[in-house]
Amino acid sequence: MNSVLTIDSAIVNAIVAHARRDHPDEACGVVAGPAGSDLPTRLIPMDNAARSMTFYEFDSLEQLRVWREMDDNDEEPVVIYHSHTATEAYPSRTDISFAGEPAAHYLLVSTREPDSEEIRSFRIVDGVVTEEEINIVDATVDA
Amino acid sequence: MAIEVRVPTILRSYTGGSKVVEGAGDTLTALIDDLDAKHSGLKGRLITPEGGLHRFVNIYINDEDVRFLGALDAKLSDGDSVTILPAVAGGALGFAAAAALLGPRSNRPAAVLDRTKG
Repeated sequence: MNSVLTIDSAIVNAIVAHARRDHPDEACGVVAGPAGSDLPTRLIPMDNAARSMTFYEFDSLEQLRVWREMDDNDEEPVVIYHSHTATEAYPSRTDISFAGEPAAHYLLVSTREPDSEEIRSFRIVDGVVTEEEINIVDATVDA
Repeated sequence: MAIEVRVPTILRSYTGGSKVVEGAGDTLTALIDDLDAKHSGLKGRLITPEGGLHRFVNIYINDEDVRFLGALDAKLSDGDSVTILPAVAGGALGFAAAAALLGPRSNRPAAVLDRTKG
């Protein structure tokens, strides 16, 4: 159960930029990776259909298209990310209720501070939240 | 009447690990009843005790969200493909407040808190 999320710094930077761009609304998206690899490689920013400061929801048709695309590419949603814009980067009860991808890393970014971001990652399985370490790697070094 | 149903990871415990199962029925309700007969317990993850579609899942017939096709009354034909995905949603707001914000959608009963059951 000692899990860790290993993720490229360029992807983390792009997620933070997405969260900043949509602030004060919550931003959300997926990072796909090869099935079974546990390695997030392809960032897919999603629309927040709720367009809300306190709630996010994938557009169901966009989600179908993206999930099919992942299936066709033999990918899976390795990371599902969203931002909290006024509270800490910790899963809310709503996040836990909805968490439906037991194999995914749930990455939360808090943009409540204007100059710094809090970035944390969790596994959410059967309503149980387990925080994990984030190992941010630089692809130019790692590859 | 054979309808192919794609099952998400989180529900594959009901289908013996299968990603794709076959079902029959001329409406979504009939299909779900048929699936539940073969994969006991699946219905409880798709339909609320009040008889509406669970907010935690999206169900599609071919390329369309069933919420736009009459929800549980949506018609099915031989050869249709049904896809079930976990709805991806959440956010900082508490669940009750989120449900209130989303409002009473006839096809999307929000008062569903017992996901862990079943």
